[in-house]
Amino acid sequence: MIGNAPFFVAMLLIIIGITGMLTRYNLVRIIISLTILESGVNLFLVSLGYREGGIAPIFTGSPDGALMVMPTVQAMTLTNIVIGLATTALLLSFIMVLHRRYGTCDIREIRRLRG
Amino acid sequence: MKQSNIVRITADIMFPFIMIFGAYVVLHGHLTPGGGFQGGAVMASGVVLLLIAHCDKDIKTLIPTQILKNVETFGLLLFGLSALAAVILGSGFFTNWLVNTGLLFGTPVEYGPNPGYLNTGGVIPVMNIAVGLEVLAALSVIAVIMFRSTEPDCGGEEQ
Amino acid sequence: MTGMDLFANLPGLLLAVPLIFAFATPLIGRYLPRARDGWVLLGMVLTTVIGLLIASAVFTGGTVAYTFGVPDPSVTVPPDSGGIPVRIIFNIDAMSAFMVVIAVVTGLCVMLYSLSAASRSSGKDGYYTLFLLLVAGVLGMVCTGDLFNFFVFLEIASLAGAALVAFRVDKGIAIEAGLKYAMLSTIGGLFFLLGVALLFGQYNTLNIAFLAERMGTTGLTTPDAVALVLFVTALAMKCGAVPMHFWAPDAYAMAPAAVTAFLVVSSQASLYALFRICFSLYGQTLNTVLLGWFIIILGLLSMFIGVTMAILQKDVKRLMAYHAVSQTGYMLLGVGVGLAVLSSPLLLSNFGMMAMEGGIFHIMNHAFYKGLLFLTAGVIFYRCGTRNLNDLGGLGHSMKWTMLFFIIGALAIAGIPPFNGFASKLMIYESVFSFNPLLSIIAMVVSILTLASFVKVFHSIFMGPKRPEFADVTEAPLPMLFGMGVLSILVILFGIFPEQVVEVMVAPAASALADQAGYIGSVMGGA
Repeated sequence: MIGNAPFFVAMLLIIIGITGMLTRYNLVRIIISLTILESGVNLFLVSLGYREGGIAPIFTGSPDGALMVMPTVQAMTLTNIVIGLATTALLLSFIMVLHRRYGTCDIREIRRLRG
Repeated sequence: MKQSNIVRITADIMFPFIMIFGAYVVLHGHLTPGGGFQGGAVMASGVVLLLIAHCDKDIKTLIPTQILKNVETFGLLLFGLSALAAVILGSGFFTNWLVNTGLLFGTPVEYGPNPGYLNTGGVIPVMNIAVGLEVLAALSVIAVIMFRSTEPDCGGEEQ
Repeated sequence: MTGMDLFANLPGLLLAVPLIFAFATPLIGRYLPRARDGWVLLGMVLTTVIGLLIASAVFTGGTVAYTFGVPDPSVTVPPDSGGIPVRIIFNIDAMSAFMVVIAVVTGLCVMLYSLSAASRSSGKDGYYTLFLLLVAGVLGMVCTGDLFNFFVFLEIASLAGAALVAFRVDKGIAIEAGLKYAMLSTIGGLFFLLGVALLFGQYNTLNIAFLAERMGTTGLTTPDAVALVLFVTALAMKCGAVPMHFWAPDAYAMAPAAVTAFLVVSSQASLYALFRICFSLYGQTLNTVLLGWFIIILGLLSMFIGVTMAILQKDVKRLMAYHAVSQTGYMLLGVGVGLAVLSSPLLLSNFGMMAMEGGIFHIMNHAFYKGLLFLTAGVIFYRCGTRNLNDLGGLGHSMKWTMLFFIIGALAIAGIPPFNGFASKLMIYESVFSFNPLLSIIAMVVSILTLASFVKVFHSIFMGPKRPEFADVTEAPLPMLFGMGVLSILVILFGIFPEQVVEVMVAPAASALADQAGYIGSVMGGA
């Protein structure tokens, strides 16, 4: 049961992220919710890679014959963090331009594209 | 807004150490946890520290954006070309063509635990350095541009 | 390096060339501004040549599997790995090759068009870099045989696409569209990644072929089903199917016209991925009737809601964007019917394959005629400075070639012979009629509504007396006309010789999609 705790936390983070995106009106808060959702997915990925008693697959100074984990999920998580960084930077720069043009970050006032 | 002397002087003292630590993380990416992105992000955090500490000065003279942009392009090209070099040498794209050749980063190493030899890993450290340069430059440019556009009388530059 | 090596490495080069050209563009643009246009054009031409070479190799010699990072790329499963394909593999079967052809041909036409369309705007280095990145992302999406790798290319294409949508800030409205596109793409991408994680947790692999094989032995588990729901949601959102279509009109309308023409291709790469996952990953494990009907219903909704919303629009690009949503419905309908009868060989050979061929053929036709239409809309905006149908009029006097290209595109989208839209729509009508007559009738009604809508657009843009405010409007510049001309020649050629096209490209693509065992075998060997 306790071994499943990371998965519950990950799901909780994902739910918090989605709820935040649906209920907030401030664009910056929506981006924060998006990053929370992303953290949830990252946590889920990393938790999948956990093996009892495994060590990081690095030979530098490792004990002889130790059990090493497969680093695929760690690589995936890292890639997703990098992608997340790029996305967040892009979205934030969009928001900065929007704020300069409209003077607000509230999506109820920004919405001009309709129909 | 001018920062206090303590902040500015501490930032100046810390900056080289942050850069060295970032460079260490990049260069040892194939031996220890870390790598190009992590080290680059550490180095970029040093640039951001400078930016915050000296926000009252002219940023253009403090951080040369154009050089950073060129460094970014250089990093990306180094990454792409070191992957492409494998094709030119007659194997598949992204093949580790430097490993075990005795050249740069090419010292052969036995399978199994070892104390960690820097001069190994073939093309992996080269790509780590490329990514590190790219991330350092890209994050710094993003930070500078975002910082500049918070000033009231800035131009409309994006990204 | 010998010629043989180069030929074996074509799939790697397909990715390397646009990426390296994209990375070098800022440097060239800064220090050799005169050479920049030639440089990006060279990059796109090289990519096109490589793409077409790969496609011809696949259509003549069967699936090409290319492994990254090994001396011999044709070895997909390393001998010491215990039969597990551990590396990233590009698995280019006929369906992928078909998408590659669409991407490179449209990309080349759009690049030619951009060279003059962007001549007046600033920040061209960024524009071309992002465009080449978008091309690389789309090519990676359609070629890769690895789920996580697909996610990475999806994000590359999304980010480049979002930045391009917002490229003309335009009082913040374009930024708003770009923000919406980037946000939804990210959410879609994260859903997709969650699905990938669920599959990886069970099967410890990311390779689509190997996943399909392992899933075939264990049967469909609950996490598999959850993952499928996540995949379908994410990709249906990315390809702009109703009810997740709301980003499409904004993004398509606000992006520069050339970008829009390629964004259509990028959406279709997501559509390709949806089909790839339904057929190649879940094909034999799942009860495909239910999934097929789900996709059919998505298709019907997209067709109908798309076209009804289009009729109301005043902005010509927004109108075309809703038509793009509507046309996506045809592809979903055709391939959905194929999926619904996948488990029954008799029905599949009676009409299922034909429905799939129609749907897949429509992807290509749509990319060409919709690209053409968006480019004509772009020319009109370039010359007149407005996209509002109420303000336009009488342009037929001064823009004869543009009018001709518009007519070709409009007749093709409405499914009038002898243009390519007719060929694929006829295949869809016929085969879907044997599946369920009602669906076919709805498809025909939508087609008639499409025609009505484009007659209205044609009338309000080109007909009528010459307006004083557009007195000095002249014909589009030559590179723009050339880009549109290539597309319209393709539209006409594919309409006159549909059988040859179907035989050479579409039928192999459809059978590759339906043949899950062949897809697995191309990576795992034997099988």
